[in-house]
Amino acid sequence: MAKVWIDGETSIEVEDADGVNAVSLTVDDKEIIVSAGQTILEAVQRVNGIGNIPALCNHPAVKPYGACRICTVEVSEDGGSKFKFVAACLYPVKEGLVVKTNTEKIRTLRKGIIELMLARCPNVKRIQELADEYGVEEPRFVLGDQDCILCGLCVRACQEIIGKSAISLVNRGIYREVAAPFYAYELTEECIGCGDCAFVCPTGAIEMGDDGKPILPKVKIPYAEIEALMKKEAVTPS
Amino acid sequence: MVEQVRKLLEKRVESAAELEKLRQSILDKKDSSRTCVSVCGGTACRAAGAEAVVDAFVDEIERRELQIQVELKETGCHGFCERGPLVVIQPKKIFYQQVKPEDVPEIIAETVLGGKVVERLLYVDPSTQEKVIYEPDVPFYKKQTRTIFGANGEIDPTNIEDYIASGGYSALSKVLTGMKPQEIIDEVKKSGLRGRGGGGFPTGRKWQSCRDAEADIKYVICNADEGDPGAYQDRAILEGNPHSILEGMIIGAYAIGSHQGYIYVRNEYPLAVRHARIAIEQAMDYGLLGENILGSGFDFKVMINKGGGAFVCGESSALMASLEGKIGEPKAKYVHMSEKGLWDSPSLLNNVKTWANVPLIINKGADWFSKIGTAGSKGTMIFSLVGNINNTGLVEVPMGITLREMIFDIGGGIPNGKKFKAVQTGGPSGGCIPEQFLDTQVDFDELTKLGSMMGSGGMIVIDEDTCMVDVAKYFVEFLKGESCGKCTPCREGINRMSEILNGITHGKGKQEDLDTLEDLAGILSAGALCALGQTAANPVLSTLRYFRDEYLAHIEQKKCPAGVCRELIQYSIDPETCEGCLRCLRACPTGAITGGKREVHTLNQGLCIKCGACYDVCKFNAVIRQ
Repeated sequence: MAKVWIDGETSIEVEDADGVNAVSLTVDDKEIIVSAGQTILEAVQRVNGIGNIPALCNHPAVKPYGACRICTVEVSEDGGSKFKFVAACLYPVKEGLVVKTNTEKIRTLRKGIIELMLARCPNVKRIQELADEYGVEEPRFVLGDQDCILCGLCVRACQEIIGKSAISLVNRGIYREVAAPFYAYELTEECIGCGDCAFVCPTGAIEMGDDGKPILPKVKIPYAEIEALMKKEAVTPS
Repeated sequence: MVEQVRKLLEKRVESAAELEKLRQSILDKKDSSRTCVSVCGGTACRAAGAEAVVDAFVDEIERRELQIQVELKETGCHGFCERGPLVVIQPKKIFYQQVKPEDVPEIIAETVLGGKVVERLLYVDPSTQEKVIYEPDVPFYKKQTRTIFGANGEIDPTNIEDYIASGGYSALSKVLTGMKPQEIIDEVKKSGLRGRGGGGFPTGRKWQSCRDAEADIKYVICNADEGDPGAYQDRAILEGNPHSILEGMIIGAYAIGSHQGYIYVRNEYPLAVRHARIAIEQAMDYGLLGENILGSGFDFKVMINKGGGAFVCGESSALMASLEGKIGEPKAKYVHMSEKGLWDSPSLLNNVKTWANVPLIINKGADWFSKIGTAGSKGTMIFSLVGNINNTGLVEVPMGITLREMIFDIGGGIPNGKKFKAVQTGGPSGGCIPEQFLDTQVDFDELTKLGSMMGSGGMIVIDEDTCMVDVAKYFVEFLKGESCGKCTPCREGINRMSEILNGITHGKGKQEDLDTLEDLAGILSAGALCALGQTAANPVLSTLRYFRDEYLAHIEQKKCPAGVCRELIQYSIDPETCEGCLRCLRACPTGAITGGKREVHTLNQGLCIKCGACYDVCKFNAVIRQ
């Protein structure tokens, strides 16, 4: 017999079924039994009332990616003596795993990440809500004016669900952005106008245009500006 | 066509016994009394003009018809890059430094034919002012233990027979004829070898988990995507002794049961790519790579993959993504790459230096290897000693040597009588270690304790004229440019760190900036996806830990104590000491200095761009930097 939590308060006893590969783990001091082969986030989301794990770059329709990092939790593989930080959207459930989803350390970490996101995207509602929840007031950094948090959901949906790859993540670091092939902002005929990208976007950064194709968010640091910056910094002896 | 095939078949070595026969025949052909001129053809010496020196030797040898008596060899990097181009006359190992093409006729006439030493080309020990004739007596080499690197100066990397003559591929033949795969792994485990790429993970354990992983296809990969600023030892080994890497990889492949290997090397290392390619072709021709290696029935092929120069591709999962043809960005490694790596198959990835150690361990035994080094870190490590140091170059030392020995005995100390301030180890993920820890033993664990790390072996020496905030800013800027941008903490966090550090060095720092920096460091180490982000704050944290006063001087007094940050310094001319010599006036690029001959000069602050040219040229210390 095994105890399965159907939500935070209620559990039922179920028969061990042959061939069902189940693992039991502890989430925030509650033991849950779930089927193996899923991630901590999936397991926790399926059991109501257990754990508190926010996630932005995760969507059940596409493979986990681990980019936004606000789903970070603490796990211990040795029964609770040594903990490490892992992304819940990627870490597989294991027998005997101890998971803590809302410790002081994790709240501090999530607060920090949300502060960084809010500084980049101060006008995004979803981020503002998270900021309220985690007590982020005014970010300590120079504010940006972007809507895209570069979670890559649009790109993954286009590739994995639609099978088109009409958009991709291009460039790297702070200059990363979503673009059409060959670093174009105008979508090519590869785009079938399905609107999946706009649908999965957690921040509403992608809107559908009048031509039935999505309008991609632009990272507002165009190359001309970077070049100008570089020229300004270089010292040219006259 | 038939003729070509026959030639190829003739070269093929079909068994261990045939390899020994080949080795003996190469050695028999060699006349040990024959003079061999070995010119360092490493990248640093090439930059200093080594290729012209080689050409001059070729011409001179031809002119005097000495082809039979004299052998000319262009080898890989010897290590003493500061003094290149280097020429060593074997077998006596007479050591000439900073050789120019015009010195060549004299070397041939005097040393090669006359048996005399050309005094002016000898190295002068700066501490004793004595001339050193033989290579092993040069202080730079004396304290080193060159188990891996020593062969670089002896062999021509484009000639497999040179490597075979020096005992090459004997470890492979030993393994294929007499060792079971598990025995090899046990030997590597017993040796205590730890990964030389930075992490220091026990190599034997990695091999074991890769061997234990059940899969039909497994891969072996050599990580030659060296990208740390100031580090170039992997490049030097791959350029100078590519067969040692191949031999290590074949042994590793045999141990885990892999038949396909890759060398992931930076495209910016054209010589390393060329030499690795030549080595693979030659090893294939000799039956040491490819199908039925040494007649044992074991097959293993190696392909070269050129990286596009992204620093993050040195991280294992990003490297494998790049090898698969995808965007070179890391993924979570909650399942080890040794179980699920390249194309989801178990993959054994090791650094160039780790692979180079493998043939040595097999040949000389784990006991020999584990005698070198400290309790937790065995063997030698190759460092690139760069920065404000007299003897720039690559040094191979046993683990456990002190920083002081490395910097002052081998490195020859700091140039221009300046004071030592710190040493930055481990590349951008490492940290700065100040003077009070100079007697620390260098190994994986000790450096980590000090808030730095071994990394890939970069060692940048910093003198008193360097601003530590500026150093931290440099590394953070580097990482900002190299962050792949996938995860929020790394992409946004490093960018914000760079913003803050830029503010501090421009005199706009606030007291609370230091707390913000520490907060960001915490977010990075706990939240970032891969090691690049997790360790990105180390340069900031270590400088904050040991040089907090410098940060405070920038923030509170708006001063840069080292006189580096332009916004915080001011140049002026002291009228008391100025002799009116016009030197600074002529050096000034913006015409900010005025005055006539023998008249006291004045500096117009409005025109001054603070380049420091006047400060550098003044002979009377009349230019003041505040």
